Amino acid sequence: MSGEVLLEVADLTKSFGGVVAVDHCSMTVREGTVVGLIGPNGAGKSSLIDLVTGFEHPDSGSVRFDGAELIGLRPDVISRMGLIRTFQTPREWRDLSVIDNVRVGRSKLARESLFRSLVFAGSMRRDEAVETSEIRQILKDYRLDDLRNDRAINLSGGQKRLLEFARITAARPRLTILDEPMGGVNPVLGERIGEAIRDLKRAGSTVIVVEHNLPFIEKTCDEVVVMDVGTVIAEGDFHDLRDNARVVDAYLGNDDE
Amino acid sequence: MSETGLDTPAVLRVDGVTAGYGGPPIIENVSLEVHPGKITAIVGPNGAGKSTLLKAIAGVIKTSKGHVYVLDKESTNLAPEKLVRLKLSYVPQVANTFPDLTVRENLDMGGYTLKRGVAERIDELCELFPDIKKSLRRKAGALSGGQRTMLAMARALMLQPAVMLLDEPSAGLSPMFQSAIWQQIEKVASTGVGICVVEQNTRRSLRHSHWGYVLVLGKNRLDGPAEQLLHDEEVIDLYVGRMS
Repeated sequence: MSGEVLLEVADLTKSFGGVVAVDHCSMTVREGTVVGLIGPNGAGKSSLIDLVTGFEHPDSGSVRFDGAELIGLRPDVISRMGLIRTFQTPREWRDLSVIDNVRVGRSKLARESLFRSLVFAGSMRRDEAVETSEIRQILKDYRLDDLRNDRAINLSGGQKRLLEFARITAARPRLTILDEPMGGVNPVLGERIGEAIRDLKRAGSTVIVVEHNLPFIEKTCDEVVVMDVGTVIAEGDFHDLRDNARVVDAYLGNDDE
Repeated sequence: MSETGLDTPAVLRVDGVTAGYGGPPIIENVSLEVHPGKITAIVGPNGAGKSTLLKAIAGVIKTSKGHVYVLDKESTNLAPEKLVRLKLSYVPQVANTFPDLTVRENLDMGGYTLKRGVAERIDELCELFPDIKKSLRRKAGALSGGQRTMLAMARALMLQPAVMLLDEPSAGLSPMFQSAIWQQIEKVASTGVGICVVEQNTRRSLRHSHWGYVLVLGKNRLDGPAEQLLHDEEVIDLYVGRMS
């Protein structure tokens, strides 16, 4: 079922003003899996994601993505390597049109050189036409095509969430990290998001989902990684967590008076 | 005997409340009761809607369905200042004191609507909260986190409420201060106030409470005597068991 190791976090540590947010944390994610990253509030999940995606710099440790060290790289460099993340609140280019938001997500054209655009202008235009029809298809899949020329700022909260998935789908990342995709989402949209994640997997992306909604995690993920107090305390099948005393303690709290 | 097994009439009754922040509802059809002199714990995994429920009861956010009653008077969607008159007080998790005012001034503010007896009430609360008595002249902003929580509770008690809602009173405190806060909550309950408390640490809050309600993803899932819930395997299932 699972392929080679795609992401390897080793001994990652980060403190913020004396508070250790991520504490000698190690985990691996295999290509082609959907992994749920769960744990109680303050477990360090979001901090871990910030470190992996270059938004924060660790005090020590390493993050390897397909063998390449990510520590020290900027977020934009990491995203061009095929590791894309979302945030708890969707972040769209508010003043760009819906379709341009998806276009920007597509990194292929962004890499085209000025040379090529001057010399092979004709072939580029053809590429662009293919590109646009693909993007239109993606927008249709997310029911955003009718809104493609609207400014993204005018979308509803749910539509912004879908726009995010459209952008990711267009960008074809190798690894997608979703930070609480079910936050503030109604049940119908929730179903659609579950489907979107399965589609990403089918398209060959590996996915990490940070989420508090455990029924969603149970339904959507191949395996789970549980964090508490900045480190990984369990990895494996969701249904084994119930019998793991450390996980139960993390969720119900210790009463050590 | 009422539904909660406590034979005094409820000071707070929440009946089928649905509320959220404008988008999809965060809590749906939630009901609970709080009784005088008893501590009621609302527990549940992250995202259960525990704090949202307190905000809906406290009139900070709008209730779209259902009813809330304080001492049998309907209080649904009343503004916080009107709820105070119905004898309900709410201690939010943050911004619950005036940092630039002294401790005494904070308590004065808590008693702002009292026509007389403010000084006497402060004296009474100083007896109940020895920590506060020692620091009446200090700025609230100079207090430790635990002391500030004590002050927030005392301020909320100035108007002698029948119900006090506490949103994560021990959040961010050291284990020692957490214990002190719980002891204080028990002491306040022993004066007859009905307390409804939301905490992250499920086991600890059940251990200090009389009745517990387990909320999962915005819905009532289980309730019962706190001591019983503490040893109920079903509670573990609701947090990390088979979901579907």
